[in-house]
Amino acid sequence: MARRVGMEVSIAAAETVALLDVDVVAAYPITPQTHIVEHLSELVADGQLDAEFVPVESEHSAMSVCVGAAAAGARTFTSTSSQGYALMVEICYIASSLRLPIVMALANRSMSAPISIWNDHADMMLARDTGWIQTVAENGQEVVDLIMHAYRVAEDHRVLLPVIVNLDGFILTHMIEPIQLPTKEEVQAYVPPYKPLLRLDPDNPVTIGPVGVPEVYTEAKKAQDEAIKNAKPVILEAWDEFEKIFGRKYKPIETYKAEDAEIILVTVGSISETAMRAVDRMRAHGKRVGLARIRLFRPFPVEEFVDAVRGAKLIGVVERALGFNGYTGPLCAELKSVLFDNGLNPYVWNFIAGLGGRDVTVEDFEEMAECLEVKANKNEPMGYEIVNARE
Amino acid sequence: MIEVRFHGRGGQGAVTSAELTALAAIAQGKYGQAFPSFGPERRGAPVMAFVRVGEEPIRSREKIYEPDVVVVLDPSLPEIVDVQSGLKENGTVVLNTRKSIDEVRREHGFNCRLAVVDAMSIAMDVLKVPITNTTMLGALIKASGILPLEALHELIKHRFGPLGDKNFEACRRAFEETVVEE
Repeated sequence: MARRVGMEVSIAAAETVALLDVDVVAAYPITPQTHIVEHLSELVADGQLDAEFVPVESEHSAMSVCVGAAAAGARTFTSTSSQGYALMVEICYIASSLRLPIVMALANRSMSAPISIWNDHADMMLARDTGWIQTVAENGQEVVDLIMHAYRVAEDHRVLLPVIVNLDGFILTHMIEPIQLPTKEEVQAYVPPYKPLLRLDPDNPVTIGPVGVPEVYTEAKKAQDEAIKNAKPVILEAWDEFEKIFGRKYKPIETYKAEDAEIILVTVGSISETAMRAVDRMRAHGKRVGLARIRLFRPFPVEEFVDAVRGAKLIGVVERALGFNGYTGPLCAELKSVLFDNGLNPYVWNFIAGLGGRDVTVEDFEEMAECLEVKANKNEPMGYEIVNARE
Repeated sequence: MIEVRFHGRGGQGAVTSAELTALAAIAQGKYGQAFPSFGPERRGAPVMAFVRVGEEPIRSREKIYEPDVVVVLDPSLPEIVDVQSGLKENGTVVLNTRKSIDEVRREHGFNCRLAVVDAMSIAMDVLKVPITNTTMLGALIKASGILPLEALHELIKHRFGPLGDKNFEACRRAFEETVVEE
């Protein structure tokens, strides 16, 4: 039986990785690192986890070690944040292109400058086009659950792609809260031992990562594109199986009171929990507001998103990143394209909130919903604004 | 749900106070949440830590702006920080001070329910160090009833190892000596 513990979310994440019996953890051990790899290094040092812990000199090297280890057939894990992720990105493209099932916990934090250690989703957006599967946790329990899910999906031979589990830096990583920590038996029942399809083996030599001349590069990329598209049914199947074992249900787009909602706010990550309280308060005043929360970001769950927002006349996309394209945030641009492709034409306003650790409160969500109504009633041209920014 | 904000100085253990409160609540089968005010840690600088305790799962992820209880670990803080900021109407400020309720009210202009304890003397007496985090937990419990005192016993023993019993003793003494305004 799972046990209910009070625990810092980073520690719970590390304990989960240890229950998964990873073979290799490679990570840069200092800023912007979290307690996740600190605790994993303790577990390895104390002999509680039989794994190679490689404390490399940079995140670039961390991902390089992960690539080598995964290519050799090891179950691998790493974790980073913000600037550290940025340094890792070069190798992240290689990990997904080589179809290596590496799992990363990305503790979402803002990109400098100005120097910021606080939370937003700039790094999640930097990971957007790297070909990794990406899921998003809203609380500590979901971090634990999504890490298990990540390995089950990544290592499935129908997928073989790396997975990022996004968790908000500080707001989740440094939070102490109750968590149902699974037992090793439960984890193993859900995630079978990793059996590599191909691996670097001197007795059975293969080439991994050769040159892709123009005659083959396009086809290699097409194959990779098909792989992430084909991953979606496996991702859903793995959540169904998860519910059977653990009783907790996950969907690619989670909704909250969205069925009859005229106004839908779209949220990503831990602010969704605060947004739910705002929805409850607005509903108590008769406003038909609901939420659509992005759980699966890559591959993007188009049908589920369209189903979730189909009935809404007004949509407010709340995101914690800027696109610097002069017209909208990165998530909102993508969602508008999904709406357009599916013949939906609601009024959409983009709220950029919670940058660099700025709190997003219940009152903020109430104001956003009101602002959305005012703009729609005035038929203002659709666009975006940075919430609560001083002039 | 009870929301508590701790004010301390870096190194005084405000974050530990918050953590222990949440962990004790969770161990009691309740829901609890504890988190620091995130930022560069500087010894001696004013810091905050936050706790929510409730019977239902806690869905708030913002900082605590309207606490039910404020606990102040350092006697000098009310001079430089508005510790009463946002306190709910029937809220309580729990202060580590040698002074009486009337004196601190006069000096700092508090217009809320107050509780006072000389936690520094208790800590020096029992622990021989001027660290008041576990001591002030006794005062918090006395002033708020957020948890039974015993809920902290095992937790403090586990957390502080050989110093566990002394820390709980300081906590218990503060519970007994805290003066709470009616």
